[in-house]
Amino acid sequence: MEASAIQKAISDLPKDCRTPLTALLLRLGDDRLILGHRLSEWCGHAPILEEDIALANIALDHIGQSEALLRLAGLVEGNGRSEDDLAFLRDAKDFRCCRMVQLPKGDFAFTILRQFLFSTYSACVWEQMQKSPWLPFAGIAQKSLKEAMYHVRHSQEWTLRLGDGIEESHNRAQEALSSLWPYTAELFRESEGTAELQKAGIACSLSAVIASWRERVEALLKEATLTIPEDDTALFLSNIPTAQHTEHLGHLLAEMQVLPRAHPGAQW
Amino acid sequence: MTELTLEESSEKRELFEKQIQAGEKIEPKDWMPERFRKQLIRMISQHAHSEIVGMLPEGNWITRAPNFRRKKTLLAKVQDEAGHGLYLYCATETLGIDRSELVEQLLTGKAKYSSIFNYPTLSWADIGVIGWLVDGAAIVNQTSLAKTSYGPYSRAMVRICKEENFHKKQGYEIVTGLAKGTPEQRDMVQDSVNRWWWPSLMMFGPSDKDSPNSKELLAWGVKRRSNDELRQRFVNLTVPQAKAAGVTLPDPELRYNEETQDWEFGPINWEEFWQVVSGNGPCNRERMKARQDAHSSGAWVREAAEAYAEKQQRKRAAA
Repeated sequence: MEASAIQKAISDLPKDCRTPLTALLLRLGDDRLILGHRLSEWCGHAPILEEDIALANIALDHIGQSEALLRLAGLVEGNGRSEDDLAFLRDAKDFRCCRMVQLPKGDFAFTILRQFLFSTYSACVWEQMQKSPWLPFAGIAQKSLKEAMYHVRHSQEWTLRLGDGIEESHNRAQEALSSLWPYTAELFRESEGTAELQKAGIACSLSAVIASWRERVEALLKEATLTIPEDDTALFLSNIPTAQHTEHLGHLLAEMQVLPRAHPGAQW
Repeated sequence: MTELTLEESSEKRELFEKQIQAGEKIEPKDWMPERFRKQLIRMISQHAHSEIVGMLPEGNWITRAPNFRRKKTLLAKVQDEAGHGLYLYCATETLGIDRSELVEQLLTGKAKYSSIFNYPTLSWADIGVIGWLVDGAAIVNQTSLAKTSYGPYSRAMVRICKEENFHKKQGYEIVTGLAKGTPEQRDMVQDSVNRWWWPSLMMFGPSDKDSPNSKELLAWGVKRRSNDELRQRFVNLTVPQAKAAGVTLPDPELRYNEETQDWEFGPINWEEFWQVVSGNGPCNRERMKARQDAHSSGAWVREAAEAYAEKQQRKRAAA
């Protein structure tokens, strides 16, 4: 979309939607930025060369999506912050990403299972959001959905190979799933102001996609001979408001933001 | 492979020599002398390994790239290198050797890779300078190799060169930007040029008089230009670029010779070159360990993928 058309769309937004929309865009953008960072850590260290390429590609897609989402978040917010300001100069406490994406990359099974859970969620979210009549957002959703479908396919294929491959891969995949599962409920937690966004028809609620996500995830995990652990801890973990982030986020940001922080105002 | 009689062999050899003389490409199914095949395997796989090990020094900065644009281009660049590696392994496989065997040769230290990747990337400026100087040197070498006599290698080079040109452009853009930046950024980029200039010149390999393989490779049209010729071409191209960027090349003896129209340069430290080649460079051990670790910690993944594929095959056969 042209910059002027985006500005027009922003000025046409209902007043009470600006803050919740900024929050939603930041949340979606931060999830992808942090997961993209984790994926990019594999570059040069993957189990086979084809996966160096695939994981780098998926990382690139996430970082690209994040760039578009944060740029739009900055515009909707209206305080003159660019996507780079938001990614590279914001403190950990202001990041809105879920905790699942912050966890260290782990072994290949952990990376794949996380990707499968997250990308399936992503596809469900974008399927709904692409219908948004607010075009700057719908445009990002449409492009991101195409990418997410590919990520789903890639992570599904690997989940099957690992789950139903050899004993070691099965055990590692099961362990990954069990440790990731408690973090999944947070994906569907509503952001503040969702009601206003829904009322204006701009975005769907994130909890609305849970059934569809659960159905897809269950079917594939079953085929991969993996077992979903009990849900209780998941709900508990996701509902502690003071445990907003993991300890890993600060370290990740210290690394990611080191240059812009060390050289304020410099151009790169 | 069936043994050839002496007569057959000499007929085939004659045809092969004629093809080379006529500038025709040798293709995988054509007869070729065993020595030619071996030299090509050595050369192309060394090139493939260089792409793979080359992912490590630049990969070191992906998580610290300073903005979205730089992060995306760096990640895409390192991904391109993986793609080049894959492409070159495939080209090597046309000579009748398996990729797993080639990887084994790298991991056991039997095969070499470009020594430039045994130097550390210490600052963000190194990402720019590597693109400019290291990819720049690679392009000079590879543009010449695009005319090589072995078809699959030649075609790989044409494709790879296109992407390398893009990498060089990105690198040079980083360098010129930093050179116009804050005093700290200017120091950063000059320090980086100081560290990478001489190793970049060494990328063309030993001086012609000390290059054991060159003569044969030139005669067969595998190589089209000697190491020293290519090195000189690189220096001639790079000196004006350094001036335009506003950085200084760390060679007080650098001067233009009106007669030869070459930029003459000071003596290369060949002691350092041979030390790094033989495993004693600043990062040789780390680079090898990173590759070995990736390979060994990925063993169960590869086994699982194979086992799963077999299971699926059995299921399909039973259906």
